[in-house]
Amino acid sequence: MAEHQATLADLLVAACAEVWRGDPEWLATGITPIPRLGASLAKLSFNPRLMITDGENMFLEEPAPIGPRDGGPTAEGWAPYARTFDNLWGGRRHALVAPVQLDRFGQSNISVIGDHAAPKAALLGARGFPGNSISHPNSYFFPAHNRRALVEGEVDFVCSAGYNPERWLDGKIPHRLELRRVVTNLCVMDFGGPAHAIRLVSLHPGVPIEEVRDNTGFDVLVEDGEIAETAVPDEAALAIIRRLDPHDIRASLIKGNPPAIRAG
Amino acid sequence: MLDKRMPLDAIVAELRDGMTIAIGGWATRRKPMALVRAIARSSLKDLTVIAYGGPDVGVLAASGKIRQLIFAFVSMDQIPIEPHFKAARQAGMQVWEMDEGMLHWGLRAAAMHLPFLPTRVGIGTAIADDPRFRTVTSPYDDGETLIAMPALRPDVALLHVHRSDEKGNVLTLSPDPFFDELMARAAERTFVTAETVVSTAELGLPGNARHHLVERALITGVAEAPFGAHPTSAAPDYQIDMAHLRAYTAAEGEAWAAYREQYVDVDQAAYVAAVGGAEAIRAIPAPIY
Repeated sequence: MAEHQATLADLLVAACAEVWRGDPEWLATGITPIPRLGASLAKLSFNPRLMITDGENMFLEEPAPIGPRDGGPTAEGWAPYARTFDNLWGGRRHALVAPVQLDRFGQSNISVIGDHAAPKAALLGARGFPGNSISHPNSYFFPAHNRRALVEGEVDFVCSAGYNPERWLDGKIPHRLELRRVVTNLCVMDFGGPAHAIRLVSLHPGVPIEEVRDNTGFDVLVEDGEIAETAVPDEAALAIIRRLDPHDIRASLIKGNPPAIRAG
Repeated sequence: MLDKRMPLDAIVAELRDGMTIAIGGWATRRKPMALVRAIARSSLKDLTVIAYGGPDVGVLAASGKIRQLIFAFVSMDQIPIEPHFKAARQAGMQVWEMDEGMLHWGLRAAAMHLPFLPTRVGIGTAIADDPRFRTVTSPYDDGETLIAMPALRPDVALLHVHRSDEKGNVLTLSPDPFFDELMARAAERTFVTAETVVSTAELGLPGNARHHLVERALITGVAEAPFGAHPTSAAPDYQIDMAHLRAYTAAEGEAWAAYREQYVDVDQAAYVAAVGGAEAIRAIPAPIY
């Protein structure tokens, strides 16, 4: 049975790919290897319209494998930072990024842990998160779903806008604020609850809902009825994932590299 | 004849305590590191630094030169956390944090000699809580409230370029010019280090026209500094030295003194020798993203 060969990392790549299903012809940006593999898988399996970069300054005709490689796919366009900003301000992008913290509003943080004026830990800085968040759709990835990452209250420094009217100007929702999905090592969530509350979409095979609740600092809305299970990638998807990550870098990214279907 | 050539230390001698300095490049790419190290060796203090930050910010922070940092990030990409920035930030270095695009917009406003440029970027985030940002209402029918990104006007911009003639006609040959042009237009004066100073004919214009950064009237001084961006890249001439950046990253706390002695408290020729020499730098493989 092919699906038993899939790892949780494979399943996460496939779940990340799903965020771009049905997207129009625009830039798919996946930051950190699993989201990036997801963007590449989406382009190669069900959404060839997507534009992909080499992670530096070129658009590529085909996604590049991650890690050491000989040569690379053909470049099809130029993506210097100035043009990256122009493109994203125009809204033609959906980014899946990996923040350090996320709150119930979908606000995220990569700047500091603790007080911004006197941080316990200085991280990167807000980078392009503020602009991304009000310019084009965004989704988030967390390889370790816990209460330090999915926090109670607000994140320590709000780098990306979310569905928090307290922070909006004139009480109006920010231009083009559109949060799509949150993919974690336990589940997939979206913002489909009342007032964009975070809602469970699917649990990864074998993960109990209590584990999600215990490891999330805010309430996750669970709708009535049977809870969906995140799809395990099929053989065709696994073949693409293995080709895109020939050195199995993804195996080192999820603690213990467990199988996609958790042993009961 | 215009001759803007000057030694590296003569550029440093033009700087003053408390100045606002924009540093070109982006994270690990085309940073004027030879000039940054020369500043680190100098007695300059209380600088306000504007940068898309990498080890340039780290070296100056570790050397106690920065009073305030105006930034969107400091990172070395494949080494996400810049340890010397992190230490200085946690020890109380003043910052003015903003989005990458706001930094771009602030430089562009200054380049256009405008007081501000309106933007939606920052709305809905903690960035907008900073009282240094104010809002503006669109005078048109939409009436939208926007953030008025103030002009960022550096006293000096410091850039690293691939080629320059003695008159300050400069080329950046790398695949991304970043925001160096805006820094040059925004700043009162701009000094560059160049991999090579060549004759005007050797610039290869008009073939290289798209690499010509900015008109020469904006360039005050040019110092030839081969490998002047190392350990950041000046591709296609040479690539990021990840091995050196790992050693630099490891030189935290008490280990900084030894790093500084070996790599900062030396002139550029000695630095190039200390990191393995010209051939070794040219042989560094391109990074894989």
